[in-house]
Amino acid sequence: MTGAAPYDSDQPHGDSASGYDPNYVPDSVKSFVVHMYRQIREKNVYEIHQMYETSFQSISDRFFKDAPWPSVDAVATYVDNDHVFCLLYREMWFRHLYARLSPTLKQRIDSWDNYCNLFQVVLHGVVNMQLPNQWLWDMVDEFVYQFQSFCQYRAKMKNKTEQEIALLRQYDQAWNVYGVLNYLQALVEKSSIIQILEQEKEGLEQFTATDGYDYSGGSNVLKVLGYFSMVGLLRVHCLLGDYHTGLKCILPIDISQQGVYTSVIGSHITTIYHYGFANLMLRRYTEAIREFNKILLYIFKTKQYHQKSPQYEQILKKNEQMYALLAVTLSLCPQLKIVEETVNSQLREKYGEKMLRMQRYDDEAFALYDELFSYACPKFITPSASSYEEPLVNYNQDAYRLQLKLFLYEVKQQQLLSGIRTFLNVYSTISIAKLASYMEVDEDTLRTILMTYKHKMHSVNSDGKIISNMDTNFYIDDDMIHVVESKAPKKYGDYFMRQIVKLEGIMSDIDRVKLE
Amino acid sequence: MGREMTNQKPQSEMSYTVEQLVSVNPYNPDILPDLENYVNEQVSSQTYSSNANLCLLRLYQFETERMSTQIVARILIKALMAMPAPDFSLCLFLIPERVQILKMRTEWVLVLWKGRGMTIGMQMEDQFKTLIVLSHYLETARFRQFWDEAAKSRHILEVVPGFEQAIQAYAIHVLSITYQKVPRSVLAEAINIEGLVLDKFIEHHITNSGWSIEKNQNKGQLIIFPHNEFNDPELKKSAADGIPLENITRILPILG
Repeated sequence: MTGAAPYDSDQPHGDSASGYDPNYVPDSVKSFVVHMYRQIREKNVYEIHQMYETSFQSISDRFFKDAPWPSVDAVATYVDNDHVFCLLYREMWFRHLYARLSPTLKQRIDSWDNYCNLFQVVLHGVVNMQLPNQWLWDMVDEFVYQFQSFCQYRAKMKNKTEQEIALLRQYDQAWNVYGVLNYLQALVEKSSIIQILEQEKEGLEQFTATDGYDYSGGSNVLKVLGYFSMVGLLRVHCLLGDYHTGLKCILPIDISQQGVYTSVIGSHITTIYHYGFANLMLRRYTEAIREFNKILLYIFKTKQYHQKSPQYEQILKKNEQMYALLAVTLSLCPQLKIVEETVNSQLREKYGEKMLRMQRYDDEAFALYDELFSYACPKFITPSASSYEEPLVNYNQDAYRLQLKLFLYEVKQQQLLSGIRTFLNVYSTISIAKLASYMEVDEDTLRTILMTYKHKMHSVNSDGKIISNMDTNFYIDDDMIHVVESKAPKKYGDYFMRQIVKLEGIMSDIDRVKLE
Repeated sequence: MGREMTNQKPQSEMSYTVEQLVSVNPYNPDILPDLENYVNEQVSSQTYSSNANLCLLRLYQFETERMSTQIVARILIKALMAMPAPDFSLCLFLIPERVQILKMRTEWVLVLWKGRGMTIGMQMEDQFKTLIVLSHYLETARFRQFWDEAAKSRHILEVVPGFEQAIQAYAIHVLSITYQKVPRSVLAEAINIEGLVLDKFIEHHITNSGWSIEKNQNKGQLIIFPHNEFNDPELKKSAADGIPLENITRILPILG
C-alpha cells in the first residue's frame, strides 16, 4: 500500500526541477546503504525492518521530499556493487518515486525491468536473504500497483506525444498483462507455497507458525513472495473484473484464521477488501458482510498502533471504502444480526441516512448506489493496449464504467424486493391475493417477485452449493405465504464454554492464595 | 446447475488436456485456439467448464482483436444453462463494453452501440442483446416472458443442445426453494410444458425426485416438492449453535 501517486499528471519530466543530481550521495544515505547492506548479509531481520520502515522514511522526509533518492550507480560502490542489493535499492527507489513524484514513461519501463530482474533472481533460487514480511508484501503490492498505474496511464491516449506513443510501441512488453500475471503465478508455483500450506495443515511443515521466516538457515524470500503473490493475483483479477478466478487464487489461504497475511496490516486489509468485494459482485452477500465486519472491527481496535506508520493514510482510506461497501451490501441484503455493535454504530454514523434512501430503490437510491460503488470500488483496468491508430481518446474509465453498469443492473433487478421485505416483516402468514393487492400488482407478478427474491437471496458458493443469504425467510404453500421468523442464534454452547474456562481460572487463582 | 457439469458421457481426451492447461498455464495466449475448440466440444458433448470459459474470455479481454463473437455467444448460452450459478454475470464482467451492448433504462430497451474501428454485424448485436434479455427474464423469474423470447430466438439457441432441459432444471430449482406446494399452472408456465407431456414429466419426477401430488378441488393439481432447507425452515440446520471440536479440547482438561 503506497501513497496516492498523482499518476494522472503526465509531465514529461517527473523529477522536481530544482537541480536533482543523481550522483550526489548525502552522508545519511551512504551510511544507510552501508548499514542496510550489512544487516541483510547478516540476516538481522529486525534491524532490516527498522531501517526499511523508519530510517528510509525519515531520510526521505528530510532530504527527498520531492526528489528521487540518489541513483543506484552512485551508491553501488558503497555496497561492493552487490547485484541483489542494487535491485532491492532500486525497488525502494522507484517506490519512493511513485509515491512522491510522477514517473515518466521511461521510468515506468525501467521499474518494470527492475522487477523482472529482481523476481528472476528470486525465482532462480539463488537468494539467501531473510527479509521482513513488510518489505516482501510491499514488493508485491507495489508491483500490482505500478501495473494498475501503467494501465491507467496507457489508456489516457488523448494527450500522448509522438515520442510517448513510439516508446509504448517499442516497449510493449513492459507491464504487459501476461508478464504481470505470469510473474505472480511463477512466484506462487516456484515457492510451492500451496503445497506448503497444505502440508502445514497436517503438521508436516512450519510456515505460519514462524510467520514465514526460515529458522534453519535458509531464506524466506521466495516462500513469502509466493504467498503474497496469491493476494497479488486476487487483486489483479479483481482489477480485470474476474472475481471468480480471483477468489480461486486466494483459496489456499484460510481467511477465517490468522496467517502470514495478517502479519502485515497492509496485506490483511488488501486481502479482505478484495475478498469482500469479489463476494459482493458474486452476490454472496452474507460472506461479504461477515468479512467486512471482522476487518472493520479489527481496524477500529488496532489503528491507533499504526498512526506513525507510512501506511496509516492507506489504512484509513480502505477503512472508509469498506464502510461504503458494507453499506451497499447491507442495503441489498439486510443481515444486521451479523454486524458487530461497534461497526454498526460507525456505519450508522457514516451511512445511516444513505442506507435508508438506498432501500427505497427510487432514482435517488440508484444515484447513491452509484456514488458509493464508485467511491469504494477498485481501480479497474483495461488490460489490452490500444491500437495506436485510432483517434486518440481516453479509455481509462471504460473498465470501471462496465463494472458499475453491471452492478447497477443487478441492483435494478432487485428493485422490487425491498417492498416484499417490508410486508414479510409484518405478517406471519398472508395470502398471495392479499399481498398482491397491498403491493398493487397482480398475482402472477407477485409470484414472480417472490421467486426473484428467493433466487437473488441465494448464492452459489465455490463448491457449487446453494447458500442462503435470506434475512427474512418464507415459503409458499399453494397460495399462502408463510413467513419464517429468523431468530438470532443463541450461542449457548459458546457462552457456557467461556464461563467454564473463566470459573476454572478463578478457582486456580484462589488456590494460589496462601492464607496466613 | 453447478460449476462443472458432466452428464453420462465420459470426458474426452481433449478436455483433460485443456483443464490441465487452464490450471497450470492459464496466462498464455497460445492456448486460445485450444480453449475455443473446447467451447465447441462442451456444446457438442453437453458438458460444461466455467473455469476454461472464463479463462478464454480473459484472453479475449487481453487481445480484443482475437475475440470470436460466435464463441462468446456460445459461452454465454452455456453460462445461462448453469443457472442459478452467476456464470452469466461473470462472463459479462469480462467482455469489454466495445463489444457488449447493454444500456440501463427502466423499460429495458437495449440500444445497439457500434464500436470504434470494429465492424459488428447485425447478427452479433442481436445475439448478445437477446441473451442479455433472456438472462434478465431468468434472473427475475419471468418464465413466461423467457419462453416467449426463447421461442423467437430459436436460431440462436438451437446451436447448443440441452438448453431447454437446463433452463427447466433451473426453473424447478427456483420453484423448489420457494414453494412447498405449487399449483400446476405455475409449474407449467415455468417449465413451458403442458397437458399430457406435463403429466409424464410430473410422473417422472414423482418416481425419481421425491415429488408428490395433491388434488385440490378448486384449483386443480398441486405439486409437492420434497422438503429441503430452503423451503422448510425446520430443516435449516442451525450451525450457529454447533461448537467446533478444537474449542471443546480447551475445556477437556477442566472437565476431566
